[in-house]
Amino acid sequence: MAAFPRKWLAVLIALAVVIPLLHPVLPDLVSNYRLFLVSTMIIASIAVLGLNLLTGFNGQISLGHSAFYAVGAYTAAILMDKLDCPYYLTLPAAAVMSFIVGYLFGLPALRLEGHYLALATFALALAVPQILKYKWLEDLTGGVQGIVLMKPEVPFGLPLTDDQWLYYYCLIVMLILYWAAANILGSRSGRAMMAIRDYHIAASTMGINTSLYKTVTFGISAAYTGIAGALSASAVAFVAPDSFSFFLSIKFLIGLVVGGVGSLTGSVIGGIFYVLVDNSAQALSTFVKNDLGLQFDLSAYTVFGILLIVLMYLMPMGIAGGLFAVIRRLRRS
Amino acid sequence: MKTTRRSFVGGISTAALISSSSVAFGQKKYDEGASDTEIKIGHTCPYSGPASAYGVIGKAHQAFFKALNAAGGINGRKINFITYDDGYSPPKTVEMVRKLVEEDRVLLLFQNLGTPCNTAIHKYVNQKKVPHLYISTGASKWGDPKHFPWTMGFQPDYNTEGQIYAKHIVANVKDAKIGVLMQNDDFGKDYVDGFKKSLGKDAGRIVKHVTYEITDPTVDSQIIQLKDSGANVFFNVSTPKFAAQSIRKAADIGWKPAHYMTNVSASVAAVMKPAGFENGQGIITAAYLKDPTDKQWDDAPDMKAWRAWMAKNMPGENTSDGNYVFAHAVATMMVETLKKCGDNLTRENVMKQAASFHGLQLPLVLPGITVNTSSTDYYPLQAVQLSRFKGESWDLFGEVMHAEST
Repeated sequence: MAAFPRKWLAVLIALAVVIPLLHPVLPDLVSNYRLFLVSTMIIASIAVLGLNLLTGFNGQISLGHSAFYAVGAYTAAILMDKLDCPYYLTLPAAAVMSFIVGYLFGLPALRLEGHYLALATFALALAVPQILKYKWLEDLTGGVQGIVLMKPEVPFGLPLTDDQWLYYYCLIVMLILYWAAANILGSRSGRAMMAIRDYHIAASTMGINTSLYKTVTFGISAAYTGIAGALSASAVAFVAPDSFSFFLSIKFLIGLVVGGVGSLTGSVIGGIFYVLVDNSAQALSTFVKNDLGLQFDLSAYTVFGILLIVLMYLMPMGIAGGLFAVIRRLRRS
Repeated sequence: MKTTRRSFVGGISTAALISSSSVAFGQKKYDEGASDTEIKIGHTCPYSGPASAYGVIGKAHQAFFKALNAAGGINGRKINFITYDDGYSPPKTVEMVRKLVEEDRVLLLFQNLGTPCNTAIHKYVNQKKVPHLYISTGASKWGDPKHFPWTMGFQPDYNTEGQIYAKHIVANVKDAKIGVLMQNDDFGKDYVDGFKKSLGKDAGRIVKHVTYEITDPTVDSQIIQLKDSGANVFFNVSTPKFAAQSIRKAADIGWKPAHYMTNVSASVAAVMKPAGFENGQGIITAAYLKDPTDKQWDDAPDMKAWRAWMAKNMPGENTSDGNYVFAHAVATMMVETLKKCGDNLTRENVMKQAASFHGLQLPLVLPGITVNTSSTDYYPLQAVQLSRFKGESWDLFGEVMHAEST
């Protein structure tokens, strides 16, 4: 994993903090809508980061992360709706809840490897939206109608718009989680996780408790994704089973692969990528049809698919891998 | 809702202050999204994903406004119809609607599709005070002008329709033992809630209540369960594929209850024909639109005009799909609303005009069923007529039934 230069990181964070403050000066360029869109990118990045911890650094494949995302979102929503819990306290609760679910799911997953694990997690992703509608849970989850929430209010009377505050809130959470992930990966535990990924038998011969590490990694990964889910519940101010279809898992996976498997920077890029492309694919397809005058009636997902294939062909290591390769080549020459 | 009402009202008034300061001075008759030359309308619907069958409604609207612009538009203004795919995912609807309102700056939102999708943006559009008109869902919660003065539905709501069936059963079936088949989602729930509400003390007559998921392959086992329960009335709340299956299965196993089926599945081409005409005789449903496959409307002028329109503007499309009829009727209603607005194209006036229809007969809507709205009645269509399947078409009977859901 190539480390991101510290100097650049500081510049990026400074930009991320300062640019939204320009909203009153440049209301069209730094619009509330765009801030909201960037917030959803940050949320997606956190979810992809969670998946990356599991798949990229521990070698376990999951198609079920939409389920953990849903658990986080619903934990937050139910706490806010039933117990009038303030939105910022829902994050730790969502993290704990998702960790427990992830850890428990990690136990049977120990017996499953590769494709079998992918299938088991796939089943989880399919089951969760149905479970949310189950009649015994209906009083809590609101069934198919979902739960309508309030948007996070700006605290301490700060002179920010709702969307500016949402952005900072998401940004702070992501920075903390990113820092924590970087620390975990740099520690003994992180090396153990990666050793299991690279050579399972060798890792256990060296005395690593592989089953413990695998289940805990599953839990941590689920917790990250659950936090992302809780953030999205606050951002969208609504949860419903339809929000957590299996397709969401695929999107996380796309973000992971496009960004860069086994790269923290890649997770962030991946999250940004899929929100951006998901939103602009339709614009691109109408552009091809109307402005270029080509008579291709491409659906948005066709454009999305073509982009993915091109990207995978040009940058098989993901965008992060591709960028680092370019940087390395430039330095050498 | 109780605890949040105060902050909600607070939010609305701040939003009002903010938006009133941003409206340009001097142009008294236009809000954002309207000008001398164009009116911007925003729309979302699932062109992709599990509910993409509804995408045809969006395509029909695109064709409708394109044809309208070619014919000169409304009062000299062209319609700029901006439509986005939300894949039936509520978070995506929020993103897209915010884009429509804040980036594309549309005058109004029209026909956003799906109950969960509209629920996700309900509060937002009312805080922003953007007209959210004739939305494409039959849930009963959209006609609430007191709390949500910017949102209005269109079709007769599911809850009301459920009540009408219950009334008919109580009045006409002796010693009714009711079996209910329900799709397990908001659509199914709304029907059954209304049905039970109207049954009241007779709710005990429901002897069996089975559900299915929209992802299930068949409902065969549910139908067998219903027959075994000894029910002599079948309240069938299902979408077309499952409706056809259940009619056929009931006939196969020799179950002959009094069969009530929701309007959603009343298509001759998509349900009755695949189920087999002989199996569907005597089924009762409630209708408000003309079924394009129903031969009795072949000579009706509005049906003829619509067929000619389809042949010209959407050649090759399946004219037996009732979604096209629905789209045409509701788009016509949008046009009527904007015509009434004249040169006063403010958001407030759009809502005012939308809430002041009296006895408007839309094309392709059953004769006698008219649009009536007021500042306290946000349910444009509220009447249905019962019809019974006979031979190869629906046979309307009885009076047009008005239901007061408010």
